[in-house]
Amino acid sequence: MASNAAIDASGLVKRYGETVALSGVSFDVPRGTVCSLLGPNGAGKSTAVRILTTLTEADEGTATVAGLDVATRAAEVRSRIGLASQDATVDGLLTGRENLIMIGELHHIGRRVATERAAELLEQFSLVDAGDRLIKTYSGGMRRRLDLAATLVAHPEVLFLDEPTTGLDPRARNELWDVLDILVDEGATILLTTQYLEEAERLADDIVVIDHGRVIARGDSRSLKRQVGGDQVFATVVDPATLGRVSELVGRTAGAEPEIDEGARQVRAATAVGPRAIAELATALAEAGIEVEDIGLRQPTLDDVFMTLTGHHAEEVEEGADE
Amino acid sequence: MTVSVPPAEQRRGGIFKDTWVVARRGLKHMIRQPEALSDVTIQPIMFVLLFAYVFGGAIAVQGSNYREFLMGGIFAQTIVFGAFNVAIALAYDRANGAIDRFRSLPMARGSVLAGHALASLVRSVLPITLMSLCGLIVGWRIRDGVVDAVSAYALMFLFTFAIIWVGVLMGSLLPSPEAVQGFAFAIIFPITFVASTFVPLNTLPGPLQTVAAWNPVTSMSDALRELFGNRRGFVPEPNADWPVRHPVAYTFIWIVGIIVVCAPLAVRQYSRTIDD
Ligand SMILES: Nc1ncnc2c1ncn2[C@@H]1O[C@H](COP(=O)(O)OP(=O)(O)OP(=O)(O)O)[C@@H](O)[C@H]1O
Ligand SMILES: [Mg+2]
Repeated sequence: MASNAAIDASGLVKRYGETVALSGVSFDVPRGTVCSLLGPNGAGKSTAVRILTTLTEADEGTATVAGLDVATRAAEVRSRIGLASQDATVDGLLTGRENLIMIGELHHIGRRVATERAAELLEQFSLVDAGDRLIKTYSGGMRRRLDLAATLVAHPEVLFLDEPTTGLDPRARNELWDVLDILVDEGATILLTTQYLEEAERLADDIVVIDHGRVIARGDSRSLKRQVGGDQVFATVVDPATLGRVSELVGRTAGAEPEIDEGARQVRAATAVGPRAIAELATALAEAGIEVEDIGLRQPTLDDVFMTLTGHHAEEVEEGADE
Repeated sequence: MTVSVPPAEQRRGGIFKDTWVVARRGLKHMIRQPEALSDVTIQPIMFVLLFAYVFGGAIAVQGSNYREFLMGGIFAQTIVFGAFNVAIALAYDRANGAIDRFRSLPMARGSVLAGHALASLVRSVLPITLMSLCGLIVGWRIRDGVVDAVSAYALMFLFTFAIIWVGVLMGSLLPSPEAVQGFAFAIIFPITFVASTFVPLNTLPGPLQTVAAWNPVTSMSDALRELFGNRRGFVPEPNADWPVRHPVAYTFIWIVGIIVVCAPLAVRQYSRTIDD
């Protein structure tokens, strides 16, 4: 077991009756880094988090968190982690402050320290004004922020955030990302699950892609995108009759085989040259006198990663989960 | 970071501290949801009044007036119904993820359940007080000495504590608040009626009477009637079933039995398979 790994999972298997939620998942997260578990609905992300946070036991395999075996030293693991579950589990009938103090007390840091820490966190998460209101009066974004604050009360060594931004509007999501940036700067180790490649890319040093309870790819966002073929340049035409001509131009500027989407009146091709492809394509289109509605550069999505790695779309996974 | 938090190795917890934190949370929940207190306020008062005035004329109790007889039964029944409160509170905690939150914290084993039980015990002061007052108004009297009366109330709180653990076990086993409700109506409701809750034991038909004689709700009702100096409606024959002759002792055996069986089972169930 690598002693400098904050999380070390090896061969985790978990079955729920017929459903195999995890079938042999291994990965490790070095201290002070951010790792993202990326996968569609039902991939097994939450199950992996639940095992690592001692909420459920693996049927096979072992895992250590902060160097401690989650199965045999659960109590010690719990005092070193913070968990924000997929649905924010803060207590609706307590105020924000009461929630934070309660969690601190249950971490045994003492009521006085817990109270001071609560005040500090409310400040840090811009919740001072709402601190003494019941959580049930909070918006979804505030609730998420408080949930995240709650995981930090006892200065955990390892943070587990299960889809921390699901259900947030773009502004709230950006705010949350900013908070996570601060934590990362402070040297926290974070395991974060998400369904969005964009989010994993924004926050994580390392991405573990899982599907059907298996790790299907691993690496930083650049290497994952390279596997998919990188960014795509696209052009949406006004007149469908011009699709053929545009396809030629797109192919030439991108340097790759273009794909025509007639329904969307769009031509796409992977490109290695990045934004330069747009400039060249725009010039070529202008010279040819073809009118376009939109041109641009599109980053690969989780779905593209899936298409490339598994040959099926991410959305198909759920239905196929118990095949 | 200005506040310094003691490192994990130096933190000292303990079951009593953790239990108290959870109990305090439970009490806050109760105070902040007064509408959820109807079952311990309005309901017992309604029962006293309904049975006293609606059935009181129809049911005759030998050597006593019905309202005096009634109170022991109403106390017992309300205490038994109290089991659902804690079961439902636990089921809601499960449904909204609070249990998961607690389970990810380094809490002492059993403290979540004990905290719920403690909050529930404190809550039970409310119905017992209200029923006593309501009973006194409709004509119930404490006829024996102070010692017996204190014993009666002590027995009620002990019985309440035991019943709460039945509820905790239900809450640990049943997956949802709805399942708890279903169980309540299917099992617990009949148990409180096949007993001397509302009619004297000796007026029940043969087989039912035997079942009722061994039902702890009967012994609890009759133990309270004895201790308060109210009549049970009949004098047990010397060859009557043992519980009928010794309701206080028999109730006490049940109290100990329930706690010894249910508490460890609930704790085990809770810490093991809650999500599998
Ligand atoms: N308690 C449970 N009982 C039965 N099946 C379960 C349970 N928890 C998870 N599963 C199943 O295990 C599989 C993996 O679920 P998991 O929640 O880990 O996925 P996920 O990647 O977190 O998905 P999502 O993005 O929807 O949160 C799914 O097929 C799910 O139905
Ligand atoms: Mg999940």
